[in-house]
Amino acid sequence: MGEHHHGPAKGLMRWVLTTNHKDIGTLYLWFSFAMFILGGSFAMIIRAELFQPGLQLVNPEFFNQMTTMHGLVMVFGAIMPAFVGLANWMIPLMIGAPDMALPRMNNLSFWILPFAFLTLASTLFMDGGAPNFGWTFYAPLSTTYAPPSVTIFIFAVHIMGASSIMGSINIIATVVNMRAPGMTYMKMPLFVWTWLITAFLLVAVMPVLAGAVTMMLMDIHFGTSFFSAAGGGDPVLFQHIFWFFGHPEVYIIILPGFGVVSQVIPAFSRKPLFGYASMVYATASIAFLSFIVWAHHMYTVGMPIAGELFFMYATMLIAVPTGVKVFNWITTMFKGSLTFETPMLFAIAFVFLFTVGGLSGIMLSLAPVDFQYHDSYFVVAHFHYTMVAGAIFSMSCAVYYWLPKWTGKMYNETMGKTHFWISFLGFNLTFFPQHFVGLAGMPRRIPDYALQFADFNMMSSIGAFIYGLSQLLFGFNIIRTIVAGKPAPEAKVWEGAQGLEWTVPSPAPYHTFSTPPEFKAEHH
Amino acid sequence: MYQRAKRLSQLALGPVLLLLSLVTTSAWAEEALPWRRPNQVNTTPGVTEVGHTIFGLHMMVFWLCVVIGLVVLAVMIYTIFAFRKSAGAKASQFHESTALEIAWTVVPFLILIVMAVPATNALIKVYDNTNPDLDILVTGYQWKWKYEYIDPQGNNVSFFSNLRTPQSEIRGEETKGEHYLIEVDEPVVIPVNKKVRFLVTGNDVIHSFWVPELAVKRDAIPGFINEVSARPTEIGVYRGQCAELCGRDHGFMPIVVNVVAENEYNDWLGKKKSEAAELKALMDKQFTLAELVERGKGVYDRACAACHGANGEGGVGKAIAKSPIATGAMAGHLDIIVHGKPGTAMQAFGAQLNEVDLAAVTTYQRNAFGNNMGDMAQPVDVYKVKKGQ
Repeated sequence: MGEHHHGPAKGLMRWVLTTNHKDIGTLYLWFSFAMFILGGSFAMIIRAELFQPGLQLVNPEFFNQMTTMHGLVMVFGAIMPAFVGLANWMIPLMIGAPDMALPRMNNLSFWILPFAFLTLASTLFMDGGAPNFGWTFYAPLSTTYAPPSVTIFIFAVHIMGASSIMGSINIIATVVNMRAPGMTYMKMPLFVWTWLITAFLLVAVMPVLAGAVTMMLMDIHFGTSFFSAAGGGDPVLFQHIFWFFGHPEVYIIILPGFGVVSQVIPAFSRKPLFGYASMVYATASIAFLSFIVWAHHMYTVGMPIAGELFFMYATMLIAVPTGVKVFNWITTMFKGSLTFETPMLFAIAFVFLFTVGGLSGIMLSLAPVDFQYHDSYFVVAHFHYTMVAGAIFSMSCAVYYWLPKWTGKMYNETMGKTHFWISFLGFNLTFFPQHFVGLAGMPRRIPDYALQFADFNMMSSIGAFIYGLSQLLFGFNIIRTIVAGKPAPEAKVWEGAQGLEWTVPSPAPYHTFSTPPEFKAEHH
Repeated sequence: MYQRAKRLSQLALGPVLLLLSLVTTSAWAEEALPWRRPNQVNTTPGVTEVGHTIFGLHMMVFWLCVVIGLVVLAVMIYTIFAFRKSAGAKASQFHESTALEIAWTVVPFLILIVMAVPATNALIKVYDNTNPDLDILVTGYQWKWKYEYIDPQGNNVSFFSNLRTPQSEIRGEETKGEHYLIEVDEPVVIPVNKKVRFLVTGNDVIHSFWVPELAVKRDAIPGFINEVSARPTEIGVYRGQCAELCGRDHGFMPIVVNVVAENEYNDWLGKKKSEAAELKALMDKQFTLAELVERGKGVYDRACAACHGANGEGGVGKAIAKSPIATGAMAGHLDIIVHGKPGTAMQAFGAQLNEVDLAAVTTYQRNAFGNNMGDMAQPVDVYKVKKGQ
């Protein structure tokens, strides 16, 4: 290694040993795409079985493994690493830092992840099968009544948790210490803000998840009874601990998506983000509220009415900052000069579909009516409107937006728009009818259903296949861009784009901002 | 102009395709599936006053959300069309308005209060479990429900309620019946216009007792007894399902509630009580081998066949035919049937079947499927195993 080592090392070891934020970002992004395809293929199996009433393709044991693995792989393998990858790539570029603050830990936090998921995926081939108790793994189904693979699952969750905690500490350290001179907190790009807040949420709740799975491990192997009523324990305690992690977790998944959309909408509206300060405060309020609403997932466990009322009111409050965000995005577009390249299409669809998911969220927040919605397909529809249209659409949006910066090449716009429209169609066809079957009384997580649910389930399955196939087009477009894309015209790829990342050449050189850039405040 | 039309058609393409596919798939489904039933798209007001309150709240909030959603969508669509660059829009650079931002913080808050007040009142109604006319202890098992009618005199009546849909319908070998997957061998019967309090608990894992028409959903949690009440005002058959993932057959443990006139309910309860008395008498009887085998076949088909196969050939569970247990010592055979095998899917049937049925099914297993043991167990033998004698 010479003094003037500017480019990446050659061969495989470049990727194994790298401490470069761009390399690690790329690794995270490809890993998450692979997990997205894996988790998606589990979903295809689920929808294929639910295409018609009756058991056609899989037996109920395997079906339960698929619902569980689909949730785990999508949440922990696809969405979270995707946004960490985005943070790795973009945060140093956006704040004018040469790299992440803790580059070696950055390498470690990525490289333990593939092992976590190889271990988890290997349970599919174990005696007794993969985890089959749902991604929420309620005890005692996940302890006393679990297959032997639960121990492997606990191990994998610990590794993922360690990875997330390391990644978040790194992001916090980078954002706090390495901003370019002149970039005060209230001048940071909103994507950086949302990730800073997300990172604090992660550091706060991942240890809680680790605690929950450790208590399970003790119950299973060391004779404790944390969650076993027969030994004096409490199965409901598990749910309180799980959702104390789980509710902030859903904002961990969505907040970076809010950040992405807050970058993209101003760029294609050629107009500054409306209400920057209120966006920051809204994000912080959502993060704070996320800690005091967890039991709205548990309205039916038999809480006292005072508890129900507290969690109902607190949950309803979340609508206020979320509404502020939606209104701000729309007002950003208002009186702008709009163009509709693929990232903008995904951003607009995000705003509208997330609003739909948010409105069904308000319905679900009301405890008395939730007694009819709880654990039905209405909930499945609700959280896919927020998770898929929220996290996955914003992730697609981010990839199209920054791909020219990463690769120095333009993606194919027609193919991008085709991907968008097929995704949009497939997504709505999959999940909109699920509102209907849920309200009509179809419980979630069942491999077979009564006949009155047949039509909408068939639509849902057709939509899911369309949506699933469209993601292959997405992958193809990315690879085609890297291999054969037209060179990106200039550093600032999009006419209206703002921010330091657009001041470096396209593709971004291996090392950027070795000396801090001059940061001039743009409009906020 | 041509450019503009092309753009418009591109934008409109998605929604049009979405509508088309919704219409075509439903039309196709109608033709291809002769057993289809009408599609229900909404939740039900049900047959209780609480259910009507919940439904009213649901519809109110639903329409509020629809209006909000449509307003947001309308503003978005207007913005998208009015300010597109291709139509020559020049970007304004405003980026703040304190008045606007305060307005859309305060107005949603007020709307939330409009929702919270009736929601609180409804919740208080849902939580009123005072002065019930009848208590039923509902216990979730993997994968069936047990109902126990609490009698102040101590003469409780209890029974299990299993899925009645045969495997052949599930596997597609026979046409699916009208109530596919939402039918049981023994429904729970309650009188109309009486306040029934369900005391809900779980035996193994967490289940959830859900009957939409009674507006009842409560988790059945081991170690807890949750309470929830319903006063149905209409006679009828109401169907629900377990709502909490509880393992392999979570999708196959329905709930059927028969709401009947009070005299009909009393007759039914009387019959149940005399059946229990008959059973008590049977306990002391010495059965012949033939009697036990005959009774045992019925029990086997109901309780064992799903896992061990209709002909004892095995499946999820081990084969009974030529099994070392069914052809081994009687004590070991009775032990596994009564106490189950912890850590496996083999449950402890001692808690689920009565002594007569346990004796019969054990005898049947030892004398069917080519297991010609020729011996038999009497109810009193089972009783001794249960008591650990």
